Amino acid sequence: MELNSNIPDGPMAEKWSSHKTKIKLVNPSNRRKYHVIIVGSGLAGASAAASLAEMGYQVSCFCYQDSPRRAHSIAAQGGINAAKNYQNDGDSIYRLFYDTVKGGDFRSREANVHRLAEVSVNIIDQMVAQGVPFAREYGGLLDNRSFGGAQLSRTFYARGQTGQQLLLGAYQQLSKQIGLGAVKMYNRHEMLEVVLVDGHAKGIITRNLVNGKIERWAADTVVLATGGYGNVFFLSTNAQGCNVTAAYRAYKKGAGFANPCYTQIHPTCIPVHGDQQSKLTLMSESLRNDGRIWVPKDKAAAEKIRKGELNPNDVAEDDRDYYLERKYPSFGNLAPRDISSRSAKEVCDEGLGVATSGLGVFLDFRDSINRLGKDVIAQRYGNLFDMYQCITGDNPYETPMMIYPAVHYTMGGLWVDYNLESNIPGLFVAGEANFSDHGANRLGASALMQGLADGYFVLPYTVGHYLGRQGIAKAGEIKSDHPAFDDAEKAVRERIDKLLSIKGDESPRSFHQRLGKIVWDKCGMARSKEGLEEAIKDIQDLRKEFWTRVRVLGDGDELNQELERAGRVADFLEFGELLCRDALMREESCGGHFRTEHQYTQEDEEVQSGFLSEGEAKRHDDKYNFVGVWEYQGDDVEPKLNQESLVYEEIEMATRSYK
Amino acid sequence: MHLHLKIWRQKNGDESGKFVSYELPEVDEGSSFLEMLDIMNEQLVEKGEPPVAFDHDCREGICGMCSLVINGEAHGPERATTACQLHMRHFNDGDTITIEPWRAKAFPVVKDLVVDRTAFDKVIQAGGFITARTGSAPDANEIPIPKPVADHAMDGAACIGCGACVAACPNGSAMLFTSAKVGHLNSLPQGQAEKYSRVTKMVDAMDTAGFGNCTNYGECQAVCPKEITLDFIAKMNRDYAVARIKNFFNKAS
Amino acid sequence: MSATQKPRIPSLLKKYLMALSGLVLVLFVLGHMIGNLQFFAGPEVINAYAYHLHHLPGNPVSLWLIRLVLLATLLIHVWMAVLLTKENREARPDTYLDQKTSVATYASRTMPISGVLILAFIVFHILQFTVRVVPEHYDKTIGESSIEVGHVPLEYFDVFAMMVAGFSSPLISLFYIVTMGLLCMHLTHGVSSMFQSVGLRNESWRPKLKAAALAYGWIIFLGFASIPAAVLAGFGKDYLADKEAQWRAAAAVTTQSH
Ligand SMILES: Cc1cc2nc3c(=O)[nH]c(=O)nc-3n(C[C@H](O)[C@H](O)[C@H](O)COP(=O)(O)OP(=O)(O)OC[C@H]3O[C@@H](n4cnc5c(N)ncnc54)[C@H](O)[C@@H]3O)c2cc1C
Ligand code: HEM
Ligand code: HEM
Ligand code: SF4
Ligand code: F3S
Ligand code: FES
Repeated sequence: MELNSNIPDGPMAEKWSSHKTKIKLVNPSNRRKYHVIIVGSGLAGASAAASLAEMGYQVSCFCYQDSPRRAHSIAAQGGINAAKNYQNDGDSIYRLFYDTVKGGDFRSREANVHRLAEVSVNIIDQMVAQGVPFAREYGGLLDNRSFGGAQLSRTFYARGQTGQQLLLGAYQQLSKQIGLGAVKMYNRHEMLEVVLVDGHAKGIITRNLVNGKIERWAADTVVLATGGYGNVFFLSTNAQGCNVTAAYRAYKKGAGFANPCYTQIHPTCIPVHGDQQSKLTLMSESLRNDGRIWVPKDKAAAEKIRKGELNPNDVAEDDRDYYLERKYPSFGNLAPRDISSRSAKEVCDEGLGVATSGLGVFLDFRDSINRLGKDVIAQRYGNLFDMYQCITGDNPYETPMMIYPAVHYTMGGLWVDYNLESNIPGLFVAGEANFSDHGANRLGASALMQGLADGYFVLPYTVGHYLGRQGIAKAGEIKSDHPAFDDAEKAVRERIDKLLSIKGDESPRSFHQRLGKIVWDKCGMARSKEGLEEAIKDIQDLRKEFWTRVRVLGDGDELNQELERAGRVADFLEFGELLCRDALMREESCGGHFRTEHQYTQEDEEVQSGFLSEGEAKRHDDKYNFVGVWEYQGDDVEPKLNQESLVYEEIEMATRSYK
Repeated sequence: MHLHLKIWRQKNGDESGKFVSYELPEVDEGSSFLEMLDIMNEQLVEKGEPPVAFDHDCREGICGMCSLVINGEAHGPERATTACQLHMRHFNDGDTITIEPWRAKAFPVVKDLVVDRTAFDKVIQAGGFITARTGSAPDANEIPIPKPVADHAMDGAACIGCGACVAACPNGSAMLFTSAKVGHLNSLPQGQAEKYSRVTKMVDAMDTAGFGNCTNYGECQAVCPKEITLDFIAKMNRDYAVARIKNFFNKAS
Repeated sequence: MSATQKPRIPSLLKKYLMALSGLVLVLFVLGHMIGNLQFFAGPEVINAYAYHLHHLPGNPVSLWLIRLVLLATLLIHVWMAVLLTKENREARPDTYLDQKTSVATYASRTMPISGVLILAFIVFHILQFTVRVVPEHYDKTIGESSIEVGHVPLEYFDVFAMMVAGFSSPLISLFYIVTMGLLCMHLTHGVSSMFQSVGLRNESWRPKLKAAALAYGWIIFLGFASIPAAVLAGFGKDYLADKEAQWRAAAAVTTQSH
């Protein structure tokens, strides 16, 4: 596998602008001769489809929901970063760049991140022009808030629905182009295969989810913007339909899968209530500003609370362990996501957890309510409290909230170069589906930024660059009757038939749940060599069981949600193994990847000197300062690891400390 | 808790459907309504019966995909709550729950509880946008927008496109949905240039899609999970009148 | 599904026509009621009022013009109502098994029915009091009575007596009172709805307009229904008996003289 990152030469701050001047252009009158397929209508997909169509390309866009407006970008609550420096607090492109690289625990590609920071300012302009109703100050100018430990206010937001508003903005632009006939939109179509012709991506195979029709689509280039794979854990804050299928199919066709083990766990989600739970709900991190996190010091008390025999309000101050405040006195309850998540797990593993499952910690507003009054708290968090009450039935003004970490975002994804092109020529990957900008850990409010940067400001140039390089003679050359489509379609049909023919005794959902448990337990917040090796074996066994015992009712030629899930679970069952392999390979802890073997202990001088506390993640920059890119070698064959080494020219690598 | 369910089953858009009764012996009251359906479906799969198809995705009340009429009310008995955010503790042990799809001509049933809402997309495609070519935007703070205006626009923009308003309207009218988008865009300074063409085109698209006319019942507002108010309908009516009058005089001159 | 749609009059245009025609009718009904209440002031007053109505400046063109406008308004109102109702039924062919109504009032849900009954009433009413052909022959017995127009005494058709005679039939009175109830209902929704349709209603005005519509509906009901109710209770009975005797006598004289 050849991994050429194609980073342009020149100083960091000029790379993107000089690249743009050198990039191949397609003459406007020729653009309509090219057909671009975009899979996904989230922030990345919708913005790319709208922009490319506006430029004159013929675009087809696909999504599995009944409308492009429902892509999971819609669920983002918090906000979107941009280096606008509207607050005059010293923000700059460089600072956003720096924060993102540092936040990613020095595992991202500098040049990409710098470009992201550069275009962040254009994103806000663009979205405002489209009518996104960002929050405003009384003077009428845009309001900002601070987010995720950043020392400045650079986050733009629209109530608690920023993702929704941004996606609707992009959706509206997409809709305009659909109305004009420039984009053909295919809702309820699931991409099941990429088609390669002479090594280039030239089309896809989809299943029409309404009538089961398997269809072929030929194009000059294919863009995947299919979102993240958090659902490999079964329970996550992702939507039910989020899947790895599109990306994984591309991987099986030769695209490199980068850093699958980088997954982000969000500390403030509502705990699991029982084994029938289908998804986890995120509570905004902002709650940690006024809530204090604690568990009882005493296991017996925790036990009583779990059984409902003890009211948490009756636990005396001295019997409470405010563990974050204890361990990280300067950051306290605002310690970064990965650290707070891991600490919650630790106390629960010790048997101090609350919630019926034992997997929960308190987020208590009692003291803030006493200090600030109920009204102030209601003003700040009223809607979040309502949401919490709606889901749990508990009133957080009276009993402390319970929270637990949950899978939220996946930094890993298909490997792409600076142009967002994968190692398969003509196959572009954008948004959460690629691995590009967040390294081992994503900062809050930067995924929305990345999706829109990719779709509005990168792909419109780089897709043209590829097409221009191909030359106009090749435009529309490949048709869907090409033999490569026959093979791909056949493979899809066989897979579906196989799933339907097993007629076993266990539902796809149940397999998904079992897979999720393995991956969460052994490759979740804390990972160890031993556990990962077990997990790989368990997943392999489960996969075998799946292919002999799964029961998929109904037929292939109708709307069949069981079949949809079965297909996605089948891919998760393979991908889950890859995820664990990557985690096993990476003998260090960094960002969202925590290996219990690699943490700071009493023996380390950083701990002795008090710079770090025990249990902090330990990177090994000498050995693992690379992107781990996996190459498919065949079913049930160990994949091959390729490395793209990371070079830090601008920013000096350092160890994070939040003490 | 033990539940009796009465669910609309329909194989596809061409065949007619009917209610089928199911028993659900054991559901946790902490489960969400959709989790309750998951449990029931698992039970059906176990028995070898085809599970009930229903739309859902985010399960946190924002994607607008879930679409169930529960005991005659779109999204069920709780105000300002989508079906996916509804929890079983709002029901009682032994209850009979009727579950139906959205019913409106413009939303034909695809299967069981799944309907086709592309008519909504068509309404947006007709004019539910502000034309802003990628890369051509001026600085975001160039046009200050008074906070109350931005807040009002946001109230309309909060619509999740679920279609409950249509489902609840005895006329199958899409006025609340359409007016929420018109109101969002028409109240912003950026939206002024296309204000009048937007409202006429979107109303036309709404009519051609086969939605009914509004006779001011107000049911839509009552079920709307995002609490979009009838004010948006009134505002759209106003904008529409001005648009027609302007158009009339433009043609005449 | 959408391609097969017939072109419709834009939904909002229909709503505007509905509201504006409704407004004209609302104003007419109010005026008509105030006029009619002069019934209680006695024969001279109401008869003089009727005289004035029929002798407006520019008579008879003006009267027919007003009638024409009213008729056209009513036709538009009814025509739009028919279209709206038909399209709305088509747009929502099925109902729910267990249909719940959260806020829509009974009045709002019965607009087409109350409307049709009001239409039937209007037809009957005009035949009764304007064309004076139903019920058969009752008006033949009614003659003229003295009124004063600008201090000039003259004889004019006795509208007062006609009303008393008309409402002496309990069946007809009941029909009037019931229809006025329906009209009241039609208006309690209609008057506030009218403001919404033309975009002049918002969250803070809605309750006030609703209250105003309710008050208006009841005023119309009480105002109109008081007339048949009063007649049933005996109001004007003696007057009519006296008059009838007079007219009979006069008629006898006329016949004799032939
Ligand atoms: C609860 C939650 C809160 C978040 N909050 C924030 C926040 O505050 N700030 C922030 O910056 N980020 C946030 N994020 C992260 C961010 O929202 C996402 O990373 C981002 O929106 C992903 O956008 P996308 O375009 O890549 O993918 P998505 O929006 O997930 O879109 C994926 C698209 O691909 C389509 N698709 C997928 N698979 C297939 C297939 N096989 N065939 C056809 N189509 C397919 C889907 O239909 C969909 O249209 C949050 C995420 C979650 C889950
Ligand atoms: C003659 C037969 C009538 C019929 C068939 C009829 C029918 C209807 C119907 C179906 C509506 C509901 C339409 C809607 O809400 O959009 C309506 C509204 C209305 N009607 Fe009538 N009606 C009739 C007579 C009257 C009369 C006599 C009056 C006045 C006194 C009147 C006043 C109104 C008003 C004010 C509205 C509200 C209009 C709006 O909502 O914008 N109607 N009518
Ligand atoms: C108790 C109730 C009512 C009484 C006593 C009453 C009385 C009358 C009388 C006496 C006339 C004849 C006037 C004349 O020709 O000199 C008349 C005409 C008329 N009334 Fe009424 N009316 C009543 C209610 C209504 C209502 C509710 C409506 C409408 C909804 C209505 C509509 C009309 C119309 C349209 C005419 C014809 C006017 C014309 O000559 O063009 N009336 N009414
Ligand atoms: S207006 Fe309300 S009910 Fe209608 S689609 Fe929007 S959110 Fe749903
Ligand atoms: S319920 Fe229907 S009639 Fe109008 S006010 Fe709402 S659209
Ligand atoms: S499933 Fe997304 S709103 Fe209900």
